[in-house]
Amino acid sequence: MTDFVFKSFDEMTPEDYAAIGFMAGLEIHQQLLTEKKLFCRCPAGIYSPEYDAEILRHMRPTLSELGEYDGTALMEFKTKKDIIYKIRHETVCTYEMDDTPPFELNEDALDIAIEIGILYGCNIVDEIHVARKQYLDGSIPTGFQRSAIISVGGQIPYGDRKIGITQLSIEEDACREISDIGHTREYLTDRLGMPLIETVTDPDMRTPQEIADVGNLFRYLVRGTKKVRTGDGSARQDVNVSVRGGTRIEIKGVSRLPEIPLLAYNEALRQWNLLRIREELQLRGINENKFRSAVADVTHILKNTRYEPVRNALKTGMQVDAVLLAGYHGILRRQTQTDTYFSQEISDRVRVIACLTTLPNIIHSDIPSETISTAEWQRIKKTLSTGPEDTVVLVWGSGKDVETGANEIIIRAREATIGIPSETRQAYDDGTNGFERILPGPNRMYPDTDLPPKRITSECIERITAGLQENYWSREKRYRKLAIPSDTIRSLVLSQYADLFDRLVTNQTADPGWAAVVLVQFVKRLGRGGYDVSKLTTEVMNSIFTAVNSGRIVKDGVLKMMEQICDSGPEALLNLLVPANETELVTVVREAQTQIKKMVIINPDRRAIIIIGMIMDRLRGRVNGQTVIDLLGMTNGGRDNG
Amino acid sequence: MADQYKGYRGPARDVLKNFQAIVWSDVQITTLKGEFTGIILPRSETADDLHIVLKLRSGYNVGIAANSVTAVEITGHKEANYKIPEKEFPYDPKKPNVKLLGTGGTIASRLDYRTGAVIPAFTPGELYGSVPELADICNLDTEKLYGVFSENMGPEQWVGTAEAIGREIENGVQGIVIGHGTDTMHHTAACLSFMVQNSPVPIVMVGSQRSSDRPSSDAALNLIHSVKTAAESDIAEVLVCMFGPTSDEYGLLHRGTRVRKMHSSYRSTFRTIGDIPVAKVDRNAITPLRDDYNRRRKDKSVTINTAFEEKVSIVYYYPNMRPDIIDSLVDNNYRGIVIAGTGLGHVNKPLYPSLKRAHEKGVAVFMTVQTLWGYVQMYVYDTGRDIMELGVIPSANMLPEVAYVKLGWALGQTGDLEKVKDIMLNPVADEITEREPSNGYLIFQGGLDDVEEFISRIRK
Repeated sequence: MTDFVFKSFDEMTPEDYAAIGFMAGLEIHQQLLTEKKLFCRCPAGIYSPEYDAEILRHMRPTLSELGEYDGTALMEFKTKKDIIYKIRHETVCTYEMDDTPPFELNEDALDIAIEIGILYGCNIVDEIHVARKQYLDGSIPTGFQRSAIISVGGQIPYGDRKIGITQLSIEEDACREISDIGHTREYLTDRLGMPLIETVTDPDMRTPQEIADVGNLFRYLVRGTKKVRTGDGSARQDVNVSVRGGTRIEIKGVSRLPEIPLLAYNEALRQWNLLRIREELQLRGINENKFRSAVADVTHILKNTRYEPVRNALKTGMQVDAVLLAGYHGILRRQTQTDTYFSQEISDRVRVIACLTTLPNIIHSDIPSETISTAEWQRIKKTLSTGPEDTVVLVWGSGKDVETGANEIIIRAREATIGIPSETRQAYDDGTNGFERILPGPNRMYPDTDLPPKRITSECIERITAGLQENYWSREKRYRKLAIPSDTIRSLVLSQYADLFDRLVTNQTADPGWAAVVLVQFVKRLGRGGYDVSKLTTEVMNSIFTAVNSGRIVKDGVLKMMEQICDSGPEALLNLLVPANETELVTVVREAQTQIKKMVIINPDRRAIIIIGMIMDRLRGRVNGQTVIDLLGMTNGGRDNG
Repeated sequence: MADQYKGYRGPARDVLKNFQAIVWSDVQITTLKGEFTGIILPRSETADDLHIVLKLRSGYNVGIAANSVTAVEITGHKEANYKIPEKEFPYDPKKPNVKLLGTGGTIASRLDYRTGAVIPAFTPGELYGSVPELADICNLDTEKLYGVFSENMGPEQWVGTAEAIGREIENGVQGIVIGHGTDTMHHTAACLSFMVQNSPVPIVMVGSQRSSDRPSSDAALNLIHSVKTAAESDIAEVLVCMFGPTSDEYGLLHRGTRVRKMHSSYRSTFRTIGDIPVAKVDRNAITPLRDDYNRRRKDKSVTINTAFEEKVSIVYYYPNMRPDIIDSLVDNNYRGIVIAGTGLGHVNKPLYPSLKRAHEKGVAVFMTVQTLWGYVQMYVYDTGRDIMELGVIPSANMLPEVAYVKLGWALGQTGDLEKVKDIMLNPVADEITEREPSNGYLIFQGGLDDVEEFISRIRK
């Protein structure tokens, strides 16, 4: 298996991914479309960078229900961050600030979550228990997210396979981070407490592209209910990736699905390379137990250094520690991801845990050039009795931080002998990823003692099942059989007008292809043109189709009518565009013909189109194009009338 | 032997018994809906008897309808061992000795499977395990006096606590911290202010508004502040030490007789009423806000006076109150009544005969104000004068709860109503103050430009 040579992203085939044992799963967070937040009565979905006040909190790890500490919690505690929440009176109450216990779970949100659970074909639990899922990064002021399992099991079709669903939970959304510098992290709280569902899939995806495809499937499915939020940040994915012999790694918060394949590829590459690093260390006789390191304060050696970052640090009274990693020569230069090296793994930990956020935050003797001088390296190496097979890493910062930093360097280097540490990683724009935190485990769960269990009765499930929307696939299948432009089908299925469309087609009020164009393409076109398409409610659109059907508006006047409604409201419907009568038509046609004779037409082939345009323009949507063509007798191209 | 089906009753218990699936079994349960894998947890006794609680592998808990279970396969057993890592509290002869007396509350707590709520737990080792910063301040010893929620504190516990304080002072500790539930902390603080007089060391009451099983709990910081105050401050009084703002910034030290819990859930719930707090405390310093406090002394003398009459009540007046409220107290041999009257200290006319009767029967009746801020002033209106005629004694700016506690304590000393009046109206620990400074009443209103500007600048 080690013979496998990783290819570039574009060259990797499904067979290659099979060869490395690529496995991936998704955790999809989708905000629900409710009026209010999940555990309080604040309005949902109002975002603004404005704020009225700030509060400051610190987080401490606590024991899990089974009496254990969670690794992530302990890691976050090491960071000793001041966490600042920016609060806006309009969107945040004392609940989100953790100064008031939760109110009862939002029933609208619960109904939507159950509905989606039913669509997934999951087992809905009989009683939901709200849990506190610890997040010590401060993203939630309580230090935990209230979250409850709605259902387990279930699957959705994907080609000729099935993608398993591990579980579906309902939870409150977290804060938006706005900065994280040194020991201060700042959050905006407007998004905090918004209801969302988290869908966790089994690790059933076998290539990076499959992850994005499956992500899309879920997106269509939940959007098909028309009860979820759309738009920026309303859906975010965590991608779980592993390769054979590797570890499940979670890449957090990817909001754009097309970014997923490259991210997953880079993570597979990283794991593959970390496993090769472990092999190399084993060849050198270094394992977890034989790992050796040493730390020395080398501030005095570098007091006159010309290397700018260290020089500046020393000016502000900081300290430089040198960490010896015995037998690690060359390891920090080994590639992990595209244009990314093992030294990055170490630098990330130092940045996140020791809060040494000014980069570079480490340098190492594997690439001695362009940093401190050879003489300085030699003195440092001598201090630590460094041999040619060893590596020295330098880290600088204030007293406590540099101590934490040196310690993290040792921890991460030692982990290389074990394999791939369980981590949550953040996605970067270039498709690589970086350390975010230690992967939390089940120990971060704690029952929420503020809320009693809530029973989901069979009556409740029956009620929701009875009102169930047709699911995405079945609707899509149905639409494919109709004469609808194929690029319109997906949007129509997800459109708020899907039910109206079905009614129009069933009642034969409108022809399917045309109705789809009006409901999807016209609305899209107007939206892009800056029109307020929210005025085009289902009722309004229904009235338009009825008017066309009864001959009160011509088909080609529909777009004009929609424009007018967007501008001035549904009253425009009252001033219906009365189809032009025969006399009026003849007059307009004659006028146009007279006018065009006076015009210099450079391309005579365009003459017909120009005259039709002139007539249509004058009648402003009160006549169909075909009527004009017929009138002009243009069946043979219309040149005779020119 | 402990109940193997802890908390389960009725049909749910029958199903578990049927499959011999005891609590903490690792199981795979098959139901009519599908399969669930996890550990069977104990059930809260207040929950229904129809569901089985399972902790899934993901750490989440779910409830499964007992009547849908068709099979249970037991694969193992994993019992929760909830224990805060205990480390021996280090001893440093150069550091002051502080005693932490526990009465209950959520300052240190763990989950209770019986009720699903949190129960208190603390030893020096556990406290050191969860708040290691304490060892930088002092040598800490702890004693659990009671394990009750604060609503269950009463005269028995007040007396016991006061006596324990006396013993510790005699033993020569440099400071005392009392862990207490927050709901009635101000009652106990007032009571200890009367029962323990002339203390040579600080007596600091502390609790938490968010239980210590939450990452954002105020417990650790409150403990650090209170222990620091007990060990280092020169304020030898009964104090309440709780968050100043809701932010993790500093605590306030409130005089035991002037403090009140003012919000059901905010961290900064304790406020000094009608005056300013004694001091501010953070991790680095104790900053007095006033100078008129009793100073720490080196001696070990203290006056402990725990006499207490329990037949005392507090009556919160409301419009249309009927005289039977007062009559029933008198008929039930109550010896003291504190009225929280409206405005400057008023009740309605229909109560007059009953109040007169109470007075004639030798019941001590004192008037306080339900506005909390301000003084009783019964001369301003005729109503007040009439009520005083009936033997009701105005209690200046004593808070209603403080007057209640003090009246019990005064009646414990003597049955002579003149002497009781004397005790009541002569302040022991600022329960009555001569003046209310103008910054003793500050309740800002949001929405106003200047207030909004202010709260945008400070971390409240």
